[in-house]
Amino acid sequence: MSNYHTKTVTELSAMLQAGEVSSVELTRFFLDRIKSSDDKLNSFITVCEEEALAQAKESDEKLKAGNAPALTGVPIAHKDIFCTNGVKTSCGSKMLDNFISPYDATVVTNMRNAGVVMLGKTNMDEFAMGSSNETSYYGAVKNPWNLKAVPGGSSGGSAAAVGARLAPASTGTDTGGSIRQPAAFCGITGLKPTYGRVSRFGMIAFASSLDQAGPMAQSASDCALLLNAMAGFDEKDSTSIEKEVPDYSADLDKPLDGLRIGLPKEYFAHSEGGMDAEVEAAIKTALDQYKAMGAELIEIELPNSGISVPVYYVVAPAECSTNLSRFDGVRYGYRCEDPKDLNDLYTRSRGEAFGAEVQRRIMVGTYALSSGYYDAYYLKAQQLRHLISDDFTRAYEKVDVIMAPATPETAFNIGEKTDDPISMYLSDIYTIAVNLAGIPAMSIPVGFVNGMPVGMQIMGNHFEEAKLLNVAHKYQQATDWHTRLPEEFK
Amino acid sequence: MSIEVDEVKKIAKLACLNVEEADVQAYATNLSNILDLVAQMNAVDTTGVTPMSHPFDAVQRLREDVVTETDRREDFQAIAPKTEDGLYLVPKVIE
Repeated sequence: MSNYHTKTVTELSAMLQAGEVSSVELTRFFLDRIKSSDDKLNSFITVCEEEALAQAKESDEKLKAGNAPALTGVPIAHKDIFCTNGVKTSCGSKMLDNFISPYDATVVTNMRNAGVVMLGKTNMDEFAMGSSNETSYYGAVKNPWNLKAVPGGSSGGSAAAVGARLAPASTGTDTGGSIRQPAAFCGITGLKPTYGRVSRFGMIAFASSLDQAGPMAQSASDCALLLNAMAGFDEKDSTSIEKEVPDYSADLDKPLDGLRIGLPKEYFAHSEGGMDAEVEAAIKTALDQYKAMGAELIEIELPNSGISVPVYYVVAPAECSTNLSRFDGVRYGYRCEDPKDLNDLYTRSRGEAFGAEVQRRIMVGTYALSSGYYDAYYLKAQQLRHLISDDFTRAYEKVDVIMAPATPETAFNIGEKTDDPISMYLSDIYTIAVNLAGIPAMSIPVGFVNGMPVGMQIMGNHFEEAKLLNVAHKYQQATDWHTRLPEEFK
Repeated sequence: MSIEVDEVKKIAKLACLNVEEADVQAYATNLSNILDLVAQMNAVDTTGVTPMSHPFDAVQRLREDVVTETDRREDFQAIAPKTEDGLYLVPKVIE
């Protein structure tokens, strides 16, 4: 029995290039793994067996011909938020259950150009609105480390699939923590790049000023390879940044001597809803490791971080209510039966096809943007967003990176927070400020509490993804948390 | 901040959402709780702070006003709920 699932993208890519394995063999291996194990996890919405094998065959020809790009033939999964030409793109919603995208997202195009094979589309919270993957129309995803626990969200299917090694890597998106929180819960490495670094074209919009796509993988060096393929200017995305893409793999091994690590005292404060003591212990052990590698730990202040969750729950719903107004039952997606007039068609199609959390957020956003309330909500939130962003700017004058927990606790149980949206929202308490400021951040596995993975967050200044990857990679060279596999998926 | 049942109905109407009568009370409770959370914003004075709409305070890039899209009407209408002669069909709007 082969053990390809224990190999990283970096290793698989080297094996493919050396001709030690064919892409068809690898792709079959992972398709079989999905077939035999995904009924436990529900991490995929669509598996693209035929397309994947055709792409794999093509990849093998390119590899044989020589000069194939680094990721040629590596099978990966895409979050079902990315439009994929000819393949169902549901965004986890009944609204798009019948939607076969007529075009590819730029991320999908870029990855294909880099040579990757698409295994399928992963489960997610409906329209990326959720922190547990329980709002999906296709049912909850289970955490590979404990099938009673959530994998996190909204990129929960991606995190569970990579955590269980049903795919060597996946794409994800992060609006308030949707890459980092599930990465932490499933013991994998996830990176949310700087806002504008990766194109949003064809990535179904939730909150346009916050959404950003990124890689979810087994290691920082894998994330570097994947980001190399994903990132870049795209004229089809009006907020895409025209800035050269560095080689994210180039600086991975740079020594960390003299690295200044900021520890925000607000994130480490012992308050209600704050960090679990055992999570804190795991984080402290990781910080000691960094100290041993030559880094300096400096306490810093992010005084407005406490306000980030309230600010997010104005900005994100407001933008979501605007973005989701496009789903009208006319041009694509769900349409209700026998509409009696046009208004009935709109309201019933939307009412029947959107789940409760999506409807809640649309209504909060509609309220916040409605006449007479705009200044008190959206404008106020945008002002506070500036203060939150300024906190980070000041901090990066003193430190190179900021470290903090990714989540206050390890993965909670399925059903535990579904009746209380607020407690669900607060599970993103440490990740949201990053999106409001538009900076890049990662989550890396740094230990376990009661058998469940703990994630540590590493935040960087705008466009410093290479530094984050370097900082994460050095830790992963010295530790083996990121190589651990759940017993059931070994 | 408390949102009443009538207000939920008004917001739902604005948002073009058909909310079942049985669900209105639950939405009222949840929306009220969310707005209570959001009200924490008022604890911070933001007098004179510029609102931030984009992480880099950038403006939207404009492109030349030229045709860049090809005509793919048939592909796009193939996924529509109802079309006829290249048009999207909806219930009659004008009597």
